[in-house]
Amino acid sequence: MHEMSLAEGVLQLIEDAARQQEFARVTTVWLEIGQLSGVEIEAMKFCFDAVTRDSIADGARLEIIALPGTGWCMKCAMTVPMAEVFGECPQCGSHQMQVTSGTEMRVKELEVA
Amino acid sequence: MCTTCGCGPDEVMIDGEHSHHEHEHVHADGTTHSHAHQHDHGHVAGAAHEHVHEDPQAHSHRHSYAPAHAHAPGVGTRRMVQIEQDILSKNNAYAAQNRQRLADRGIFALNLVSSPGSGKTTLLVKTIELLKGRQRVAVIEGDQQTSQDAERIRATGAPAIQINTGKGCHLDAHMVGHAMGKLELPDDSLLMIENVGNLVCPAAFDLGEAHKVVILSVTEGEDKPIKYPDMFRAATLMLMNKCDLLPHLTFSVPRAIEFARRVNPGIEVIEVSATTGEGMDAWLAWLERGASAAAERKRAAVEAPKPPIAELEAHLSPAS
Repeated sequence: MHEMSLAEGVLQLIEDAARQQEFARVTTVWLEIGQLSGVEIEAMKFCFDAVTRDSIADGARLEIIALPGTGWCMKCAMTVPMAEVFGECPQCGSHQMQVTSGTEMRVKELEVA
Repeated sequence: MCTTCGCGPDEVMIDGEHSHHEHEHVHADGTTHSHAHQHDHGHVAGAAHEHVHEDPQAHSHRHSYAPAHAHAPGVGTRRMVQIEQDILSKNNAYAAQNRQRLADRGIFALNLVSSPGSGKTTLLVKTIELLKGRQRVAVIEGDQQTSQDAERIRATGAPAIQINTGKGCHLDAHMVGHAMGKLELPDDSLLMIENVGNLVCPAAFDLGEAHKVVILSVTEGEDKPIKYPDMFRAATLMLMNKCDLLPHLTFSVPRAIEFARRVNPGIEVIEVSATTGEGMDAWLAWLERGASAAAERKRAAVEAPKPPIAELEAHLSPAS
């Protein structure tokens, strides 16, 4: 997708937190990434390493917590698992689906020193 | 990249000028102020430097860039910090500011997205020409390089400003906020933001617009909606452009619509040709509906606070 911009967004949140909570170094970063967010995990790791070089998070470990995708099937009137944003309902095969979760891209927590 | 306000890469230019960076400082006495300056000086770790402010005080303060840190594990005490924030939260906050500014002025803003070469700029030029005398339009043009598109728009008489994103693959809300400040935006007008030609990244970046409009030209594949689902899911309206070429192509309009509705069951579709003018009436009617609704909301918002103020005044008047 646009992992470089996302990695810059992660670093900004880290730097904001560093100013507010007064820490000088980040050792681990946990991200929550939904299965339907379009984020390529390997690209994210690569960009994170590039963006954080010479920053407060230089050398920090990046941990990804993958969140499953779910959607509301209008035909079945229930929440079902979804593997792709344009996926079909595993129960009835319909495409009349609204994504209900799995598009998250969040910085969850940091381990700081 | 500006680490203070979250500006994009330094190569972002708005009509040929580097965007100035707003800095906020908290002083020892607890007062906060912000000012803009250009980065014509080097930042040295921990170095003090002076800024001359408009209020004409000069003072110095320390910027600590790249704090010294040890790489040895186990140094210092480790602790956990909860963040729980969306990665795009900064952009979303700027987008919310833009949206409020637009709402206050009754401006209907659209974010036009497509692949390169779908005919966005030609469609815009035609739209502006047809709306002349009916609806005022201003344009923000996003491209990696050149101001050719803004010049094409200005030739129609509409105000336009060019954002060059440099290496960036999309516009973000911060750039658009700066551009809105430099553009003459009449109240109750239409603001068209032509995003960088890219069906991927612009989907995720809210600019503060009322709607994303995706343009798919019939010379592209009809399966683009399922190849780039994020963009078609984010859009309210799909314009199928270059429809005058359909007789020469194997492109199936119903299949393209079916693919688009597979990723976004609610998406509206209008078939147009900027060249022959086919379908333009439906598109202009859609624009005018949105613009008058935005203007109406502004009027309602302006009128709404009056009764509570009158009540407040009555409450404040001395009881006799």
